[in-house]
Amino acid sequence: MRKFNRWWILKPAVFLACLGPMVWISNQALYGRLSANPIKDITEFTGIWTLRFLMITLAITPLRRITGVSSLIRFRRMIGLFTFFQGFLHWMTYVWLDQFFMWGEILKDIIKRPFILSGMTAFTLMIPLAVTSTRKWIARLGGSRWQAVHRLIYFSGAAGVIHYYFFEKSDVRNPLAYALLLSFLLGFRAWHGMRQRALKLKPATRIM
Amino acid sequence: MLIQRASDISSSEITPENLYHNRREWIKTASAILGLTAVGTIIPACAPTVGAAGEPQAKGKYDTTEKPTPFEDITSYNNYYEFGTGKDDPARNSKNFKPKPWTVKVEGMCKKPATYNLDDLIKGFATEDRIYRMRCVEAWSMVIPWAGFPLKTLIERLEPLPSAKFVEFKTLVDPNQYPEQRRSFLKVLDWPYVEGLRMDEATHPLALIATGIYGKPLPNQNGAPLRLVLPWKYGFKGIKAIVNIRFTDKQPVNTWQQQASQEYGFYANVNPNVDHPRWSQARERRIGEFFKRPTLMFNGYADQVSELYAGMDLRRYY
Repeated sequence: MRKFNRWWILKPAVFLACLGPMVWISNQALYGRLSANPIKDITEFTGIWTLRFLMITLAITPLRRITGVSSLIRFRRMIGLFTFFQGFLHWMTYVWLDQFFMWGEILKDIIKRPFILSGMTAFTLMIPLAVTSTRKWIARLGGSRWQAVHRLIYFSGAAGVIHYYFFEKSDVRNPLAYALLLSFLLGFRAWHGMRQRALKLKPATRIM
Repeated sequence: MLIQRASDISSSEITPENLYHNRREWIKTASAILGLTAVGTIIPACAPTVGAAGEPQAKGKYDTTEKPTPFEDITSYNNYYEFGTGKDDPARNSKNFKPKPWTVKVEGMCKKPATYNLDDLIKGFATEDRIYRMRCVEAWSMVIPWAGFPLKTLIERLEPLPSAKFVEFKTLVDPNQYPEQRRSFLKVLDWPYVEGLRMDEATHPLALIATGIYGKPLPNQNGAPLRLVLPWKYGFKGIKAIVNIRFTDKQPVNTWQQQASQEYGFYANVNPNVDHPRWSQARERRIGEFFKRPTLMFNGYADQVSELYAGMDLRRYY
């Protein structure tokens, strides 16, 4: 008998888990359990979950390195696409529910307000990542170029955290926590990269 | 300066009648359109009914005829940072707050400085109902049936000296009752919360000290036992749980101005033409409505209050 492959079960399970936030908020909305300002609730909920999904996506590589469970890579694309999906819903709440598709107003908002600009930047940077997430695109771009494109997520994350910081009126504890988490996730990559280079250099110096 | 009057825009022009009435309905529709609903199921909403008190009727000359926001929304969606920064924190964390007994210290340039028992301070004042619009600086708004008395009545009782040009108010400081005041690291605001008014603003007939809503005593989360209500200014000017009133000749520095002076000024008059640096103030979402509506100059009270600010550059004095 073929060896049972547990990833076949885990992937749908993770997929369903990623739907969790959406199921929860729609349930709250349907049962009238949101606050007196449900649109604001939905906007904030989709916003914070975009940031959370983004952090989870960024945590996969460090987790693989730390735990040695390389198979975690199987979830990265899916969680990344869920990040984009959450971001899209969040963007829609702004474009539709807040501005009601008044593109002139939206443009003015983007130019005038760093708060909107940072959010738009974070979302826009995710678009090429979502588009090039297929196998075909990896082949078309080639591994290293594809990877270079997908480093845009670092900037998207930074813009997202800045956007969150601008959103808060005075209570910046949560945005600061996200900034700290992002610095850790990016710092780990920098540290790991440097260590890899140092390890590669060592045998060479020994030969000399 | 463009001054839009409340009467120029009837609510029916802004929001379709059917959308106006039931937010539980439209939120269902909205979530269905957003694709958020469970596939193919129609789940009846367990919509709680509106507050028990009867519908208040607009009677006085300052009352708006707009539909009052339900009691349940007014008392569950609050900004009162002493109790927490979430909108539901005040309702949740104020259950054991003690608005009685209450003392108010009156000081500064007046003939009657003293520490008063609240009952003595307001003894004999007739309570009036006032249905006012309330516009939050965060671009949402409500219609609230307040009960209270004109601030002018209280000020006259305290007999300010001619030298007094401003009046300053402070909220209670009590870390035992206010969870946010127990925090020392990354404090949300500097306590106590401070607000101030020019004397002519404070004695304007619209300026109200509220002691109730919907004919009931003021709930703790709305600022019991007494709070300021200034319907032509952003909501944060309406200081809650007042324990200190001071008459002065210097313009007070209110809490939000101190926190971020480029974003919040001393006057904080509702003005659709002067944006908050991070968001537009041109429109607002009335609680319970789906679409945003235009914000009116001085929140629709331009006829009553614009002369207070005649000749002032409202971009500078925001």
